Amino acid sequence: MGRYVARRLLLAIPVLIVTTILIYLAVFALPGDPIAQLAGERSFSPAVAAQLREEYSLNDPLWQRYLAYMGGVVQGDFGTDFRGRPLSDIMQQRFPVTLKLALVALVFEAVIGLVAGILAGIRKGSFFDNLVLVSTIAVVSIPSFVLGFVAQIVFGVQLGIFPISGQNDGLRSFLLPGFVLGSLSLAYVARLTRTSLSESLSSDYVRTARAKGLPERAVVGKHALRNSLIPVVTFLGTDLGTLMSGAIVTEGIFNLPGLGQLVFQAVRGRESEVVVGVVTLFVLIYIVFNLLVDVLYAALDPRIRHE
Amino acid sequence: MTTLPSPSPAVARAGGEHLLEVQGLSVEFRTPYGVVRAVRDVSYTLDRGETLAILGESGSGKSVSAQTIMGILESPPGHVTGGRILYHGQDMLTMPKDEQRKLRGPEISMVFQDALSALNPVFTVGAQIAEMFRAHRGASKKEGLEKAAELMDRVRIPNARGRLKDYPHQFSGGMRQRVMIAMALALDPTVLIADEPTTALDVTVQAQIMDLLQELQAENGMGVILITHDLGVVNEVADRVAVMYAGSIVETGLIDEVFSRPAHPYTVGLMSSIPRVDARDTRLTPIVGAPPNLARIPSGCAFHPRCPRAQDVCAVEAPALVEVAPGRRSACHFAEEVLSA
Repeated sequence: MGRYVARRLLLAIPVLIVTTILIYLAVFALPGDPIAQLAGERSFSPAVAAQLREEYSLNDPLWQRYLAYMGGVVQGDFGTDFRGRPLSDIMQQRFPVTLKLALVALVFEAVIGLVAGILAGIRKGSFFDNLVLVSTIAVVSIPSFVLGFVAQIVFGVQLGIFPISGQNDGLRSFLLPGFVLGSLSLAYVARLTRTSLSESLSSDYVRTARAKGLPERAVVGKHALRNSLIPVVTFLGTDLGTLMSGAIVTEGIFNLPGLGQLVFQAVRGRESEVVVGVVTLFVLIYIVFNLLVDVLYAALDPRIRHE
Repeated sequence: MTTLPSPSPAVARAGGEHLLEVQGLSVEFRTPYGVVRAVRDVSYTLDRGETLAILGESGSGKSVSAQTIMGILESPPGHVTGGRILYHGQDMLTMPKDEQRKLRGPEISMVFQDALSALNPVFTVGAQIAEMFRAHRGASKKEGLEKAAELMDRVRIPNARGRLKDYPHQFSGGMRQRVMIAMALALDPTVLIADEPTTALDVTVQAQIMDLLQELQAENGMGVILITHDLGVVNEVADRVAVMYAGSIVETGLIDEVFSRPAHPYTVGLMSSIPRVDARDTRLTPIVGAPPNLARIPSGCAFHPRCPRAQDVCAVEAPALVEVAPGRRSACHFAEEVLSA
């Protein structure tokens, strides 16, 4: 197990290097001069511009700047924004918002998705099964910004149950955006669970469990479920990484000051360093969660450990 | 579950003297493509210490009848449409589901063909064997594992105690089948159904597994139903044989007699399609044609389209399984002629 984790960790390093190079190149290939952007309406005198270029090392070759930047990232220094605030401070402030949102979304998709999927999988072809199939199609077909606005109007404005903007109501502020953010994956979890469970219910080892005279709840709850949860749990793990890096739209709709909003504002304001910093963080998060999923997968499925 | 009046009440009354008695069992699968009649009016008995081989090719209904006895027939699409399965005289098909379940394991148990897929990949073999004691005997985890180690030792898995915490995929094919057998025999059942227990194994291991099964049978005197298409295996271990074709039994009898003087053309065909050591230079004669689609079983005798002896009557009238010699039954209009050929 230890060797397995170590190998996966080693594999994460080249992934991190390649992805950061790509992001770095992509952002710096964007048209426009960051110093001119910084100046805004007026323009700096050539001397000031030159000095700023020197300060932000903009004259160095790209590879040198990349290495310097990565050197900083490795030590937890993501650089500063144009107002001179260290990016790591900003992200520290924003990260909990995004994390909370992602966790609420994860709870929704895990609890509702699993329960719906299990019930549908046990009674394949039943009314409930069809209900789940139809409603998941509906959810998947609705873009999240539409769902977000509808949720705001219905639950926020008309029913007045949930706040529609900001994070001043504690956990309650996160319920609506969390549900909207998690809905797509919720549908996916329900379907994955259903398919996976009904597949293992017709497997040989479930037949064996029945032949052993086990009570039905042990046959389904232990033998079938344990196997069918493997793909679901790994999906949930990877999805947490996706949720944390993909909440740009939802954070925008519900005005939550998380990382998604930060990167959105940074792209609009051409704050390249911020974009690179946040996206690099997204990549890191994604890699870490993927690694966790790999480890989790090995813990759940003994066949993986001894390849 | 369906209860039908037994076709012959006299026989039905006599139920109970055998360990297991299957009477007029019929099973069909209702599929979108039509009704597949997998088992048609099958009857047989099993006594203590006896090995009954059910011989037939794929799709002859031999496994389905076994699954019905075990109560693990997938339903839907499978439905029992008639017959009784008497265990110690009690009809398993009509008893409450929960009572039937409690027989599985302690009384009747089953060894499956492919142990790799039949064992649960995510639980250790120790836990899977121990589960028998935990579910049926209320044993603790520790007691269960203790028993599991003893059983694994009994089926001669080397270093049994050390392998309790191993997973099925860490065993070789033969050892995995031993685990399967240990699990099936955990609670000392009186009936063991072995569904092609050696088909997935290579030949040397096959012999070891069959030897082991025979040895264990000699120890506890259980009745064994051996389902197979392997004539060699049947010849070696079985006392009696029931030959199945297209969902029905076409011939039964003591193994030596059936093999030396078959009383049904299908059995004759089976015999001449296997190589023999004592007849090296003769050509093997395969049975012409293919087994019928069970959704469209030929009229009359199901075997008539492939039968070298078929006459007009065979396409019209289904022959009954009747006694043709002491202890011998055959379902063929011309059984006597086949027998004396």
